This record gives sequence, C-alpha cells and structure tokens, in this order.
Amino acid sequence: MGRKILLENSDIPNIKSFDVFRAHGGYVSVEKALKTMAPDEIIEEVKKSGLRGRGGAGFPTGLKWTFLDRKSNKPRYLVCNGDESEPGTFKDRYLMEKLPHLLIEGMICSSFALGVNTAYIYIRGEFKYLLGILNQAINEAYKNGFLGKNILGTNFSLDMYVHPGAGAYICGEETALLESLEGNRGNPRIKPPFPAVVGLYDCPTVVNNVETLANVGYIVNFGGDAYASIGLGKSTGTKLISACGNINNPGVYEIELGMSVEDFIYKEEFCGGIKDKLELKAVVPGGSSVPIVPKELILFTASGEKRLMTYESLAEGGFESGTMLGSGGFIVYDQNACIVRNTWNFSRFYHHESCGQCSPCREGTGWMEKILWRIEHGHGNMKDIDLLISIADKIEGNTICPLGDAAAWPVASAIRHFREDFIFHVQYPEIVKNIKHGALYKYDNQD
Amino acid sequence: MSGQKINHILHQKQNIPICFSEAILQKVHKIIAHYPEGKQKSALLPILHIAQEELGGYLNVDVMDYIADLLKIQPIEVYEVATFYSQYYLDKVGKYVIEVCRTGPCAICGGEDIQEYLEGKLHIKDGETTADGLFTLKTVECLGACGFAPVMQINTEFYEHLTPAKIDIILEDLRLNATNDKHSDKTWAEKYS
Ligand SMILES: Cc1cc2nc3c(=O)[nH]c(=O)nc-3n(C[C@H](O)[C@H](O)[C@H](O)COP(=O)(O)O)c2cc1C
Ligand code: SF4
Ligand code: FES
Repeated sequence: MGRKILLENSDIPNIKSFDVFRAHGGYVSVEKALKTMAPDEIIEEVKKSGLRGRGGAGFPTGLKWTFLDRKSNKPRYLVCNGDESEPGTFKDRYLMEKLPHLLIEGMICSSFALGVNTAYIYIRGEFKYLLGILNQAINEAYKNGFLGKNILGTNFSLDMYVHPGAGAYICGEETALLESLEGNRGNPRIKPPFPAVVGLYDCPTVVNNVETLANVGYIVNFGGDAYASIGLGKSTGTKLISACGNINNPGVYEIELGMSVEDFIYKEEFCGGIKDKLELKAVVPGGSSVPIVPKELILFTASGEKRLMTYESLAEGGFESGTMLGSGGFIVYDQNACIVRNTWNFSRFYHHESCGQCSPCREGTGWMEKILWRIEHGHGNMKDIDLLISIADKIEGNTICPLGDAAAWPVASAIRHFREDFIFHVQYPEIVKNIKHGALYKYDNQD
Repeated sequence: MSGQKINHILHQKQNIPICFSEAILQKVHKIIAHYPEGKQKSALLPILHIAQEELGGYLNVDVMDYIADLLKIQPIEVYEVATFYSQYYLDKVGKYVIEVCRTGPCAICGGEDIQEYLEGKLHIKDGETTADGLFTLKTVECLGACGFAPVMQINTEFYEHLTPAKIDIILEDLRLNATNDKHSDKTWAEKYS
C-alpha cells in the first residue's frame, strides 16, 4: 500500500521544466511507444491496466479507446478535459501546475495509440495561470523533438494546443466541452452519437480527464499488468484525492486505491482528522454531485464492513446507503456544518450552472433552490421536504446530460440521511433564522 | 434571460472604430492557426478573453462586432457566446474585479463571512462597482481551489486562505498600485508566447 505513480517526483525542484523532468525519466515512455510498440499494443496494455476514467464516471479507458471510429477517413482528435469545476475537486490543476510534462507525455503516447495528430488540452478559463505553464511546457516539448513533425525520427506527427474556457461548469461535460472548443455556447449534445464516432468537428474524438491521461506513460513503461497490481480488485492504480472542508490537512493526495476511508480521514499523513477536535458529521467523497453520507455510512458499509477508498466499496449499498468515488473531490463536514444550508448551496450551484436546454433541469434546479432557501431561512413547511424528493425524482434520468442527475442526487441523499435536520428547520423557524453560519464567526464564538 | 441580455447589448452600439494593436493581431492569428482550416470560430473564446482585456475591460457591442468581423462569423454568434460564459463582462467593470467563491466547500470554511466583510468594507453589494471605479464585487461558483478555502480571484489571480486581515492588506496594495497600469500577472495575450 502507498505506492505512487503520478506524484512520485512532484517535489523535485523545477520538475516543471523539460530538462529536469527528462533527467528523472521523463518522456522515456514516448521513446518506447514510438520506437518499439504498435498502436494496438498500447491500447491492449491500457485495457490490461484496468485504468478507469478519473473525470468522475470511472469508465474503463482502454474500452473507451476501442470505440474510436477507425474506419472513417476523417482526422481523429484527442481532447484532454482540464475543465475541473466540480465543487470539491482541485486535483487536475495541481497535476498540470506541478507536472505539466507528465500530462504531455501521457498525451503523446495516447495520441500515438489512437492515431491522433492533433490534441487539445481544454482548461477552465479561471485557470488562466495554467495557460502560461502549459504553453511553455508544450513549447519545450516541440523544441526537444517530442511534438511536431516526425517525432523522434518516426513518421508519427502530433500538434498540441491549450484551449481556455471562460467560466461554465457545464463545459466539463464532454460534449459541452467539444461545443465550447468549437467556439459555441456549452450546450451538451444528445448522445448517441458518442464523441468516439462524432466528436470535435464531427470527427472521431476521445475525451479523457487530465489524471487519466497522465497515467498512460507509466502503463507504457511498465505494462498494464504492473499497473493492475497496484490498487485493489477492479479499482486499479492510484487516485488523486483532493480533500477539503473541515479537516486539519486539506490538499491533494495520491492514494493507492484500497486504503480505508477511516485512515484517509484520520491519519496524519492524509486529512489529519477533523479540525478543532470536532466530530465528523458527513462526507461527500467524490465531488458535489455524489450522494452525501453520514459518518456511520462513510466509515462502514450498511453491512458493517470497513468502507474502502475504491469505486466498488464507496458505491456499496447503492443510493440507499452508499455513494461514489466520482472525481475524488473529498468534502468533509464537521458536527457544526448545516446540511440544509449546504444542500441549498449546492442546489443554487446547479441552478446557476444549468445550460437551460432541458426543462426538468432548468426549472427543477430552480424550484429546488427556492424551496431549500425557504426551509433554510425558516419559511418552510413539512410538505416542502417531500416536494423536494418528488422534484429530484422527476429530474433524474429525464435530461440530455447528467447534470440533471448531479443536481438531484445531493438533495435526495441529504434528505434520506438527514431528514431530521430538515424537520428541525421547519419546526423551529425562529431558532433557524438566528443562526450565524459563517465559519469565522463559528470560531470566534468558541472561546 | 439571454434575449434580454442581447437587447441590452444592442442598445450600446456606438459604431466606434476598433482595432487590436499590430502585436496583438499577430498573436490572434497565431491562435486562429491552432485550429483546422475553416474552423477559425474555435478561436472565439481565447480571443474574447484578449479582447476584453485589451479593448476596454468589457465586451461592448462594438468590440464584439469587430471580433465577428475578424473571425468571419456572424455577430450573433459572438453575442451568444459572450452571454453564456461568466468570465465575459457585458458592462463596464471596476479596474479590479473581485470574484469571491460562494460554493459549499468555501462556504463551510468561512466564504460567506468573506463576502460579507468585502461588502461592508467596500460599501457595495454583489455585482456592484465602487464609486471610484476601482473595485467590482462578484460572487462566483467553485474556483477549483477548495483546499485553500476561503478563496477569491482578482482579475483571475488567486487569493487563498482569506481572513479579514488578509483582505485589508490585499485591497490596500491594490489601491496603492492602481495608478500603475501594469497588471501584476501576465495578460491573456502574453500567455501565448
Ligand atoms: C456536468 C458535468 C461536468 C463534468 N465535469 C468534468 C470535469 O470538470 N472534468 C472531467 O474530466 N470530466 C468531467 N465530466 C465528465 C466528462 O463528461 C467525461 O466523462 C470525462 O471527461 C471523460 O474522461 P475520463 O473517462 O478520463 O474520466 C463532467 C460530466 C458532467 C455531466
Ligand atoms: S441536463 Fe441541464 S445542463 Fe444538461 S443539457 Fe439539460 S439543461 Fe443543460
Ligand atoms: S468551493 Fe470555493 S474554490 Fe471550490
């Protein structure tokens, strides 16, 4: 346990630069791939590795790659999803900032495997500072012959560009991202057809998360089996977890999949326990879109087993008692956090970020926000609680893209596990109205 | 919503001739070349960032029409995009745009207090600009920096682990530097070298 793949070298001074990165084994996988491997062999290794998409859905990467339409004569594209806007998630920015060449290296190997000659890295516009870092790294890769025409003297050529967005969570959804890359509003497309067949400029396109692509260099170097030997069961490899909220050590951690959730929350080398010696109340382990679960259900499954940091264990119990690993945005709430207020906050987020194409999402997120505002501010009634469930239920599964589901799940799960908090808000409006919520005030009042 | 915004845009038309400098135009053409032949519209988002920064701090209709012309697309295609993304401003903003994160992870770590403190200190509310034209205050959704909460950006530069005392220092610094026209961070155009 505890092996690292991505951040092993992240503390080496100036690892951001090509020369230092190269001196520490950087770009070796590109040499190996281009000179000794056939594209299909790389895809085979990625399949064997069991690597799953790190953007949230956890779809097997090798399998996704086999869907790419190779029969059409159109150019193929690789698009790296660096939109990272899911509340609680800040791992991709960390990777791009610290190790831009690791991403570029993985993207060159991936492009070679997929027969791609043009690749884009889409970053959210708020990450303007990354645009300079990535452009500089790309320029260095060109200068050193790892990008451009006839890379390393082979007949493989690849151009790579960075494309900034301009502030819209929905552009993280892969088809909205492609629209945005084409210079349009970020309105998701109806699937099918999937991007693997009709993607960027109607051409076959693979969209992968930053962290997913950064793993490919390791898989090329050491083989799919070596990668699969790390982790636990079907959750192979490592995962970047961005931990935040009421904990002692917020930050980005690379963990080997399979460690216990309890160790991750309480061990000093990870979250370091709950801030100010308070009690743990709840966790949202995979970004704001995944179900919130109370302390008992994040530390143990409903059947009493230790909950582990794997795709399977976190999901065990389904939506009744489980949640999801999602993007790895690990949000921790202490005993003083108000679940109703947090649910209202997240609903406001989804309402604000809905692109507005489907009525269940556009209207439903607004209704949920309004009702939650009402309850949180002491104007709710008992019927509101079930009304929320009914709205969430009607949004889920009835929209073009999964943002609708992502808006419904946090509400449904908060009421499922913390119904008494909602009832309290309705029963004691005068108390609720007078609570001061800001954490700074909270700390002021402690002594 | 968008319909109203577009009406609002059209009312501002002044027919002022607008043009990027020669140096910026070179950058712009370089960016257009990142995309395949005939797909120059793809360059719209990055170029709007540059336009906003270089041509007056916000996207008025004359600027947008100029960009449409430059990219050989219809003006409405630019309006559609400018009204969709939160980083494009359709009205004049302050020299410094303070964007405070209001989303869950920041909120449980004091983000709401930070917003309240800024409103009190600058005597403006969300979306307003100070009378001296120096500061615009805006709440935004998660900035992807939740581990450093509470967080804000000023002209897309990150400020993290905020406290009232820290904010006092940051704003004082900006006030002192306000006469100096240089951005502390590089401009969008400079990020493409
Ligand atoms: C509303 C919404 C937002 C998303 N945001 C992101 C994001 O910021 N980054 C990301 O990699 N994937 C995001 N996704 C998932 C992408 O659609 C896509 O599945 C992913 O980029 C595929 O890459 P992967 O298989 O490597 O994970 C989002 C999905 C939805 C529905
Ligand atoms: S579900 Fe929401 S965000 Fe997704 S396409 Fe429909 S309206 Fe847009
Ligand atoms: S919630 Fe504030 S940066 Fe993510």
